[in-house]
Amino acid sequence: MTWVANNLDLIASLTAAHLKQSALPIILGLLISIPLGWLAFRYRFTRGLILTTSGLLYTIPSLALFALLPPLLGISFLSVANLVIALTIYAVAIMVRSVADALASIDPSVRSAAAAMGYGSWRQFWAVELPLAGPVILAGLRVAAVSTISLATVGILIGVENLGYLFTNGLQRRIVPEVLAGVIAVMLIALIVDLLLAAIGRLLMPWVPGRRSGRRALQSHVVNP
Amino acid sequence: MNLFADAFAWLFSPDRLTGSHPLPTAIAEHLFYTFVSVAIAAVVAVPLGYLVGHTRRGRDIAVALAGAGRAVPSFGLILLLVLVFGVLHKPAAAITAFVLLAIPSILAGAYTGIEAIDRAVIDAGRAVGMTQWQVFRKIEVPLSLPLVMAGIRSAVLQVVATVTLAAYVGLGGLGFYIIQGVPLRRFDQILGGAIAVVILALVLDGIFALLERVATPRGVTAGRRNPSEPHRATNKEVMEQIENYAVEQIN
Repeated sequence: MTWVANNLDLIASLTAAHLKQSALPIILGLLISIPLGWLAFRYRFTRGLILTTSGLLYTIPSLALFALLPPLLGISFLSVANLVIALTIYAVAIMVRSVADALASIDPSVRSAAAAMGYGSWRQFWAVELPLAGPVILAGLRVAAVSTISLATVGILIGVENLGYLFTNGLQRRIVPEVLAGVIAVMLIALIVDLLLAAIGRLLMPWVPGRRSGRRALQSHVVNP
Repeated sequence: MNLFADAFAWLFSPDRLTGSHPLPTAIAEHLFYTFVSVAIAAVVAVPLGYLVGHTRRGRDIAVALAGAGRAVPSFGLILLLVLVFGVLHKPAAAITAFVLLAIPSILAGAYTGIEAIDRAVIDAGRAVGMTQWQVFRKIEVPLSLPLVMAGIRSAVLQVVATVTLAAYVGLGGLGFYIIQGVPLRRFDQILGGAIAVVILALVLDGIFALLERVATPRGVTAGRRNPSEPHRATNKEVMEQIENYAVEQIN
């Protein structure tokens, strides 16, 4: 572990770069997947189209996607843009489905009630559907965030430096603690971001019961329907 | 789109059948590593997942494992194991990494497969006098199969993607063309290799999607059309089975 102690600066700067490269795809992924998820939920035609496309995109191995994007988009193969766009595509592929499922899981009578109160579809979406779909969307966001952070390390293969640098550099110099430090750092960041998102979710959606009170609420609901 | 034409020209060039890394060999290597790793992972994870699902114990551990598995950087895990195992044992190190990466999703498929079964179906099985083992074999295994297959399907996809990365340590497979092409700036080769990987992944996904459908017992449409009522059809089908079983026992 002396390697880690001697290279804290390197680890810190790589971590900062890693976070910067992962944050954009996670945020963009959420912003893109909400309207796409809504389209997938709302119309049967767009549902098949969007869910099939996102499913197919998700099956593309990361290294292959890095190679496919530059000729399609006219960007450089060895660039941060290539990594960020690829990660955004994966994040959208993960989240679109959870947004569509979240909207579909809303009790139709709630929608009818909102309509009866005179809510137009725009207001109904923001005031009723999105808050109710929030917890499921958040669950999708957390999965997407964790996998984005761990997948970003592959960026080192297209010359983008982040914590993945510790893997290739450690292998070339045969320093086990360096590679191990990289793996652990990535998992730690993923865990911290995951917990952070959960905490933000609790702040933004105080109406979502926590785990324990959730069970109680469920029981009282069952006892007293 | 000139680059794509170059890539296809590279892919279908007769040179791909000769040389030190012919395309068919690369595909065979890729498939070999994928299937061996997923098979080992399934042998480990399916019984374990069934144990968790059947006994309803250790669920928290399985959930935590699935979550942690997602956070593990697969590329880092391969390089770490190659370093630890020694360069002479690269295939063993890489397969170990693939197996470790495949286990969480198969495990999740197995225990959710059993968990998703309506308790009433299992209770009905007990009520007609099925033993613990019969409940497991006649109810839980067949009804969990679609989700088990779904778990294996996502494991296959993940391993196919990871085998591509393993070309970095000289394991071969289709990733070789991409990784070797980068320093050479051979973009036709990079893109050609990528297209081959994508086709392989899509074909495997299609095959496993089909297997998932085949594994679904007749009448079970769990979560297919209407996610809000996944168990209705399931129950009907199994209730029929249980009735048949009861009739058999009486006869």
